[in-house]
Amino acid sequence: MPPVAADRSFTTVSGRPVGELYTDESTATLDYARDLGDPGQFPYTRGIHPTGYRGRLWTMRQFAGFGTPEDTNERYKGLLKAGGTGLSVAFDLPTLMGRDPDHELSRGEVGKCGVNVTSLADMETLFEGIDLGRLTTSMTINSPASMIFAMYLVVAEKQGADWHTLSGTIQNDILKEFIAQKEFIYPPRESMRLITDVFAFCTEHVPRWNTISVSGYHIREAGATAAQELAFTLRDGIEYVQYGIDAGMDVDAFAPRISFFFNSHSDFFEEIAKFRAARRIWSRVMQDRFGARNPRSWQLRFHAQTAGVSLTAQQPYNNVVRTALQAMAAVLGGTQSLHTNALDEALALPTAESATLALRTQQIIAHESGVVNVVDPFGGSYFVERLTSDLEAEALEYFARIDAMGGMVEAIERGYPQREIAESAYRFQQAVETRERIIVGVNDFVAEDEPPVGILYIDESAGEKQLAKLDTLRRQRDQARVTSALDALRRGAAGADNTMPLLLDAVRAYATVGEMCDALRDVWGEYVEDAVI
Amino acid sequence: MAAVRVVIAKPGLDGHDRGAKVIARALRDAGMEVIYTGLRQTPEQIVSAALQEDADVIGLSILSGAHMHICPRIVELLRERRMHDVLVVVGGIIPDVDIPKLNALGITGIFLPGTPMQTIVEFITGHARARTSLTDSTGANQ
Repeated sequence: MPPVAADRSFTTVSGRPVGELYTDESTATLDYARDLGDPGQFPYTRGIHPTGYRGRLWTMRQFAGFGTPEDTNERYKGLLKAGGTGLSVAFDLPTLMGRDPDHELSRGEVGKCGVNVTSLADMETLFEGIDLGRLTTSMTINSPASMIFAMYLVVAEKQGADWHTLSGTIQNDILKEFIAQKEFIYPPRESMRLITDVFAFCTEHVPRWNTISVSGYHIREAGATAAQELAFTLRDGIEYVQYGIDAGMDVDAFAPRISFFFNSHSDFFEEIAKFRAARRIWSRVMQDRFGARNPRSWQLRFHAQTAGVSLTAQQPYNNVVRTALQAMAAVLGGTQSLHTNALDEALALPTAESATLALRTQQIIAHESGVVNVVDPFGGSYFVERLTSDLEAEALEYFARIDAMGGMVEAIERGYPQREIAESAYRFQQAVETRERIIVGVNDFVAEDEPPVGILYIDESAGEKQLAKLDTLRRQRDQARVTSALDALRRGAAGADNTMPLLLDAVRAYATVGEMCDALRDVWGEYVEDAVI
Repeated sequence: MAAVRVVIAKPGLDGHDRGAKVIARALRDAGMEVIYTGLRQTPEQIVSAALQEDADVIGLSILSGAHMHICPRIVELLRERRMHDVLVVVGGIIPDVDIPKLNALGITGIFLPGTPMQTIVEFITGHARARTSLTDSTGANQ
């Protein structure tokens, strides 16, 4: 087989055709001051910090969680001891879907995909011996984001931390749940209310908290192209800003706390260009569309995670190489924090050993490769600049289409982004089937006999332990206090009160995630998606 | 011969439906009749859908690790309802140690990440009940 077939099409992993050579003609319309700017200068194409990583490296934030809060607390302490510089909590599906371990739908799911957190008691255990006043924590939680955030705030308070200096992130991004990951509970508009309540609450009480992490990661994992990830994520960001303004807030009061989360996929240059385009688009949107005046409102800060979907179950050690290249793209694209996937994640949640190797990958990039010495080293590259502009143009076309539908909530209700992503996912799969696109170890360079790798196997014991703890909790807590807090929550949700103080009261009374979510289900109902192929 | 009828289902709490949707389209492109249940179906709902749709095959997409709860329950319900001729196949993340346990339940079509669509199509075509009827042989059902 020749290494490259003569009729092979030269495209990115997103199917975008690329030329053989780029020259100064490719960037002829680009104006340095208008379109690039120095790092730290509008429109931030070259980065939000003037000194890049010289001032501070990105945060090495490894997403982790499994089994009981005790299991995960031990993993966190190990990651911090190994040099991790932030925490990132992976919750299990019952927690993500606002169901207690004793709910019918939770059977077989407790502790499997992440850590189970049922009540404040579990949150206290999760962060036992970890100083929340000094460390930043990111929590991947969406429909029950406010409930989990309220628990975090109460634990921090009990540890003696000051909410005004507390920093971290809740994902709190419901739009990408409707679009891609599908962990929604309430209908879109009620879900948006929970989010704007968090914006308003944090502006006053937790001013350094990232109130949302507008996420393209899951959109990309569901099959979107790089341009679709860019477009839908930033258009989601626009929707949140608009809803915040519509809720009566000043844009510069809450926009500086909006953060983003992107996938760092396999196509090296396309990803670098995507990150650069994201910063340029966002700064212009914030200035032109929303009239933001605070430079912090203009600056797009993001977390990146290497592409889980690119990992193969076949020859899993190859995943270390994939992840290293993807991580390099995120760093060259100027990420503020990074998660690198472990080699065994197409098979299971990572073992302690594979999680450490994933962290080591980042440390090698940071301390050995030399890429941190220069800010935006691809700035001025004919190819990368052209790709940056092309991705920007494609995203702006999507914005126009979604604006014409009335906004992202309306587009989601029509199933528009969902269909666009499903189309791209199917096209990619067909390209793999026909071997137009090669995946090493899967449709080429296949190994006949592969030695198995040891994986983390999570059995039913976490579920049994969490059920027993829930039973004890329900017998020991002040039930009247729980009932009264949940009643107040229902009344608040039916009216216009900010839900955060009501949730804090319920959390302090040791109401469970399932009980708090049910109280809101009583008032708002549940969203059911039209199943379309 | 009438087209093979397949119910593609997403049991459990997980919402990652990329795989379910891609396989549903691939089976449809291969000439099968595909019914997609949508998200968060209980085993009872899935078996009821298969009964109502007169399905030959139930395809389960499970990524969350809940397969050892879901699969035995589906097999049990099929037995209770005497739906012996319905083929159950599973796609998703299934640890090696669980494969013999699923085989023992009679589930042999287990498709892990990276499986070519064509392999799945061929397995279903080869194992699903081959259904012929008078209407089919007269061509009245075309």
